[in-house]
This record gives sequence, C-alpha cells and structure tokens, in this order.
Amino acid sequence: MENLTYEEAMKRLEKIVELLEEGSKPLEETLKMFEEGTKLVNFCNKSLNEAEQKIIQLSSLETEGSKDETVSS
Amino acid sequence: MKAPSVLSVSQLNFYVKSLIEGDSNLKNLIISGEISNFTNHYRTGHFYFTLKDEKAAVRAVMFSSANQKLRFKPENGLKVIVRCRVSIYERDGNYQLYVDDMQPDGLGALNLAFEQLKKKLEAQGLFASEKKKAIPQYPNRIALVTSPTGAAVKDVLSVLERRFPLVQVLLCPVQVQGDNAAPQMIETLELLNKKAYADTIIIGRGGGSIEDLWAFNDEGLARAIAGSKIPVISAVGHETDFTIADFAADLRAPTPSAAAELAVPDRLEQTAYLVSLKTRLIKAGQKGLEARREKLKILELSPGFQSPVMALNVHRQNLDKFSTALSVLVNDSLNAKKNTLALAAGKLDSLSPLKVLTRGYSLVFKEGRPLTDAKELSKGDFLDLKFNRGGARCEVKEISE
Repeated sequence: MENLTYEEAMKRLEKIVELLEEGSKPLEETLKMFEEGTKLVNFCNKSLNEAEQKIIQLSSLETEGSKDETVSS
Repeated sequence: MKAPSVLSVSQLNFYVKSLIEGDSNLKNLIISGEISNFTNHYRTGHFYFTLKDEKAAVRAVMFSSANQKLRFKPENGLKVIVRCRVSIYERDGNYQLYVDDMQPDGLGALNLAFEQLKKKLEAQGLFASEKKKAIPQYPNRIALVTSPTGAAVKDVLSVLERRFPLVQVLLCPVQVQGDNAAPQMIETLELLNKKAYADTIIIGRGGGSIEDLWAFNDEGLARAIAGSKIPVISAVGHETDFTIADFAADLRAPTPSAAAELAVPDRLEQTAYLVSLKTRLIKAGQKGLEARREKLKILELSPGFQSPVMALNVHRQNLDKFSTALSVLVNDSLNAKKNTLALAAGKLDSLSPLKVLTRGYSLVFKEGRPLTDAKELSKGDFLDLKFNRGGARCEVKEISE
C-alpha cells in the first residue's frame, strides 16, 4: 500500500465501496475488500494530513537521468 | 533656346531618379493606403505590392531585411500606414515606394498578428475541443514552466501547498519574455513529454503588457502545447489577458494561482469525501452482515445442519475479522453506530454453517420446512434442494429407510 499513489488508492477505494454496495461478492471476498477499504481510507487520510510539499528542479532530474523519476500518466 | 539633345532611356531614367532622390520631401514619407497585388517573393523574401486608395495606386517594395521585423503578415485588402522613400526602378521606368516599416491602420500590429495567428491555427484545428485532454483528478507531479523569479512561482506553490501538498512540484525555470522565451518553453515542453516527467503541466507567467506576454503568442509554442501528451494548463497574465497559448492549452486558467486551483483537488473537500466513502463502506459492510444473517437464520432452523461443525471455525474466524475491522472503523469515527454494529457482529458470531454448502452439502426442504427423516416422505412428493449456488425442485421416486 505504501507504494500506491493517492490516485491509485482513491480509485481502488471507490471501486471497493461500489462492489460492497452491490453486495454480489462471496463472503470471503467481501471481508478482504472491506479490510482493504479500511486500510485505503486510513492511507488516504494519512497522505492528506501528513504530506509535505516536495519541490524538485528539472535540472536535478536531468542530471540523475534516472528512469525511476518518471511518472506514469 | 537650346535644341534638345538625344538621350538614351537609361540616361532619362537615371536623370529622373536623381531628381527624385534629391528631393528631401520624398525621402521620409508616411503614406496610408490599402495593400493589393501582394506577393512575397519565394526566393528573396522581398514583398512586392501596390498601395492604393479610392482613386490612385502606387507600386511598393519592402525588402526582406525590413519585412523580417514585421510581426503580422501583410495581405491584400489590409489597410496600412508605411514609412518609405520614393525612387525610380530604372530598368522599368516605374516610380515606386521603398518601404522601411509598416503598421496596420487601426488595429495595433501585435493585435493584428494575434488575430492572424489565431485564425490560422484555428483553421488547422489546433484549438479543437475534441483535442483537449482531461486534467488528472489527482495529479502525482505537476511541472511548473515559468520564470524562476516571477510572482507566478510563489503563487502556484502556495496554492498547491494549501490545497494538495501530496503533489510533487517540478520546477522548470524558463524565460517568459524576450526572444529566448518561446524556444526555451518549447524545449522544456518537449523534454517533459519525452521523459514523462510529470502528469500535469502548468505554463505561464504573471501579468504584463501585450509586449511582455508576447512569447505566449508564438506559433511554435502553440504547437508544442497542443501536441503535448501531458495535459497543459495555461496561466498567462491576469483575467482578461488571452494569448494563443491559452487557446492551444487543454485548460485555460485566468491567473497562475487559478491554474493551481484547477490542477489539484482541495484537501478539505477530499477529507470530507473520504468520510463519506468510509460511511458508505461501513454501511455496505453492515448490510452484507445483515443479508448473511438472514440467510443463516434459515439454516439455523435446520437440525440437519447443526452437525457438520468442521467448517464452523474457518467461518467464525472470518466473521471475527469482519467484526473487528468494522469496530475499528466505527470507533474511529462513527461512535453512534457502534452498538448496532457490535450487536450484529455478535449475533453473527454464533451462527455459521453457510460454508458447508460450498463443500458439497445441500439443504432439503419439504413444503418449506427442512427435512431430516425419510419417514416423512411418500412417493411422488416434491422436495426443494438448496445448494451453495441456486437450488432445484425434485420428485421422490423411491424411499429407503
């Protein structure tokens, strides 16, 4: 979960709430989704409350030349 | 009186030319007129045209060294004011205007250039609404393409920090006015796209005169913005300033601060939204429990299904986990719901054997009541079977005791 972006977490959480509201999944899956949903709520809350603005310079990305720095769109 | 001597045509033209060029009144003229017969010489880049009014016309030439400085494109029908001198083109014997500078008559040159470029790019479909890309709802990294020293940087950073500090800001310093501005911005946009360095781009600067904002009316920049795979929000000047970049962008913000507002969700709204998602999660969880409790009630009535105890533990564990998860959430934010939920979870804990149906056991009902003894049957009776998924109606053919 730590590796999730806020966007990924929100999209997954919205999906889980939708599926749970449909109520068509078997119990075991429902439990798993519920658990995951709870974690996602906490994760998103924490991200919102604890985030500190991170500022990067284009030149520093360019000198690193690292592929890890790319953002999937 | 002296008899006229015979002159060649060349001599005549040379003489008249020297007369005209010797007249200081014809050296620095300002003439207004309408352009017609305009040609832009394909090789030399010199402009040849006729300047006319209702009654008269005069030929004119504007050499490429002079016309390169023009920001707008002269065209037929355009009313202009030119600064020029008069001379003769000796080869043809035509007198003509040699134009040093030209201004549109009425509209300013920059305004005209703006309108001309806007019209051109619009016709090429560069601003088409179906080409606009959606701005990500929750961006991960925003590239800010602007002057490192301008007010725009501070404005954008402070709004982003207040609204959505999660988002990373990639500072891309460029000049935003002067001859280098447009090429630098184009280069930056291309680099951002090539390396996929961001998922949203804000490009812009604070307010200024039309001259100050001129780099944002560059054709190449407009194409780079329109061609960007990463969605671009333009933020140039104040509310009323429109630039070509604004039309080419996926979203136009009236100011840099407004661009930041448009680029990210608001933290407080997000928190409220999360609370609502959490509430829905709990409600859906409760509803799931209720529904299963109803199902289990039926099973509970059946004495035949109190026996296969083996499956109970797994199921009970799951229910425990479920009720724990629920209570954590409830404790967390919705204390009012705690009692109902604990009650529901407690009841469920004592139930269970739905799981056995998944292991191949089935429930048998006769006239809606669970059946445990073959003695209650007669040949031709109808029985209802319930499986893990679905059921069936059967007829009794044979009875064994």
